[in-house]
Amino acid sequence: MKPKVAFFDFTSCEGCQLTVVDSLQTHTELLDAVEIVQFREAMTEKGEDYAVAFVEGSISRPSDEPRLKRIREQAAVLVALGACAHLGGINAIRNAMPLDDVRRYVYGDKADWYETYPARPISAVVPVDAVIPGCPIDRNEFLEVVKALLLGKKPPLPDYPLCVECKLKEHTCLFHKGGYCLGPVTRAGCGAICPTYGDGCEGCRGLIPDPNRNAMSEVLLEHGLTVDAMLARWTMFGTYQQMETGKK
Amino acid sequence: MANVNIEVHHVTRVEGHGNIVVNAKNGVLEECRLEIVETPRFFEAMLRGRPYTQSSHITSRICGICAVGHATASLRATENALGIEPSEQTVLLRKLNFHGEIIDSHVLHVYMLVAPDMFGVGSVIPLVKTAPDVVLRALRIKKLSGDLCATIGGRHTHPIAMAVGGFTHYPTVAELKALRQRLVDARADMDETVKLAKTLPWPQFNRETEYVALRKEDEYAFIDGTITTTDGGKYPVKDYRKVTNERMVPHSTAKYTAHKRESYMVGALARFNVNYDKLHPRAQAAAEELGLKPICTNPYLNTAAQVVEMVHSVEDSIRIIDELLVRGIHPEPLPPFPGRGGEGVGSCEVPRGILFHNYQIGENGLVKNANCIIPTGQNLANIEADMRKLVPEILDRPQDEIRLMLEMLVRAYDPCISCSVHFLEVKFV
Repeated sequence: MKPKVAFFDFTSCEGCQLTVVDSLQTHTELLDAVEIVQFREAMTEKGEDYAVAFVEGSISRPSDEPRLKRIREQAAVLVALGACAHLGGINAIRNAMPLDDVRRYVYGDKADWYETYPARPISAVVPVDAVIPGCPIDRNEFLEVVKALLLGKKPPLPDYPLCVECKLKEHTCLFHKGGYCLGPVTRAGCGAICPTYGDGCEGCRGLIPDPNRNAMSEVLLEHGLTVDAMLARWTMFGTYQQMETGKK
Repeated sequence: MANVNIEVHHVTRVEGHGNIVVNAKNGVLEECRLEIVETPRFFEAMLRGRPYTQSSHITSRICGICAVGHATASLRATENALGIEPSEQTVLLRKLNFHGEIIDSHVLHVYMLVAPDMFGVGSVIPLVKTAPDVVLRALRIKKLSGDLCATIGGRHTHPIAMAVGGFTHYPTVAELKALRQRLVDARADMDETVKLAKTLPWPQFNRETEYVALRKEDEYAFIDGTITTTDGGKYPVKDYRKVTNERMVPHSTAKYTAHKRESYMVGALARFNVNYDKLHPRAQAAAEELGLKPICTNPYLNTAAQVVEMVHSVEDSIRIIDELLVRGIHPEPLPPFPGRGGEGVGSCEVPRGILFHNYQIGENGLVKNANCIIPTGQNLANIEADMRKLVPEILDRPQDEIRLMLEMLVRAYDPCISCSVHFLEVKFV
């Protein structure tokens, strides 16, 4: 019997689910391997008997929590799809600002109409079985994870830094070309796509185990980033983790 | 007389979360709302204090479908604020990238989100078995547009190589030639798409409204231009607030807009109505084939206008590639920070309509203030106005049919709810 799969989204741009749809361009056989029972962005039917749940988006208001918990209760395997679900992602940038200020800035004196709280990864609310990192996710990595799950294996996730992939592609280091990059501390797996297209790594896949943050900061400053710009780079995807580290 | 109670929670096959609520007693419409229940996003607040170079990378994350559009509007706002003029090559590459996104988004909407309604199925998936040629064509067009964006920007969703004042990576001549050939081959798929669109049972419903789009005298405008309305309004982009007049309503986390009437419409149909004369002859021929003439007031035909635009974008992409091949691709250094701050507005016609980004940048190169006005937000009041006219016209039909007509109406606007929340379910109560 084909495993039943469902897709859900919380606060996000839905770009990761679109990447899933895009993966069908080249891998229509995916539809023979699994049965999709719920995918609001792409279909009307709603089946609740799923075994695997892919969740995109961060949790950013209290009412998101019971919904996520219900998904967790149903799913035998819960997969975080993309940086918002994995890290809190872009949505967490605002966590470093006073919440009231953020709400008033966008909604003025009507701020109270809309419910919100600091954005967080789904793992802050429920246990997560597997992660597909990235903003957006990498199409091939998604396919690899689905394959692993179908085989009953834990999906592999590289724990070496992006620099390894960049070197294998024989790119000139961006630091040598006047650029800035979080590649030395960021988890590989995307094929170093940003440096490949001339832009420094933004850290969307999260940090490698035991990253040397201080050395990374020094390198960024030595190469001419201002403190503001250096912090902005660390916190584009890493605000939630940085604030959690500060709490311990 | 009929009592109608419809509540569609989380409208499907749209981007983001919205509800439709319609309630009629004894044939009188009592309640008719489109509720936007997407979580607030707060992008404007999050841009404050970030380096100007990061704005386009952060704001592309507003939307997975129109990431190139947000990045482009963001870059134009930043460039206007800092007095940076992009080179001709940069302008050409951006236009080409933009066409890729227009085709990508429209093919997704036409084939995967709208067509299932017309085939009487819940998603594109059953069509894989029953109409494989249609699905494979859709996937082929989508792959082409995605590859086009990836060739220019590194990837479609959240482009990498687009930067303030230029690009950090360039396509090779070989890549451009290969794309050109695929675009030429795609003409056959475009012809088939027009044929398919011609056979679809488009609902008949008209409501006169104001259409708003960017206009340029030398081309069908997607990037920059003059804000132009079918009621005769003309504004430079920097005066966008005179058109949008944002307001908040309790049932929506997206803000509403209105110009001179209670509402206006943006998107493919608005562009078609404002800029028909600038369409490529092949696109005009497609419009004629579909019976589409300006000014068309049937919102369901927004999807047909998207088909016309796909034809245009394929043709214009071929033209741009030819021009790039003649000029040759030359790497250009990115302009340095000019050491001054300023305020600027950037505007683009993203797949769902006119988009504005407005930034204030400080002397230190950090963003001081930001405002983004999203197409779907601008359409919300107009969708509700359509619903108020439509429901009484169809009140004698079975409730399920009314529900479907309303869902199809909302879907026709191709709403992008994640975007508009700073934005859809259908509830009929």
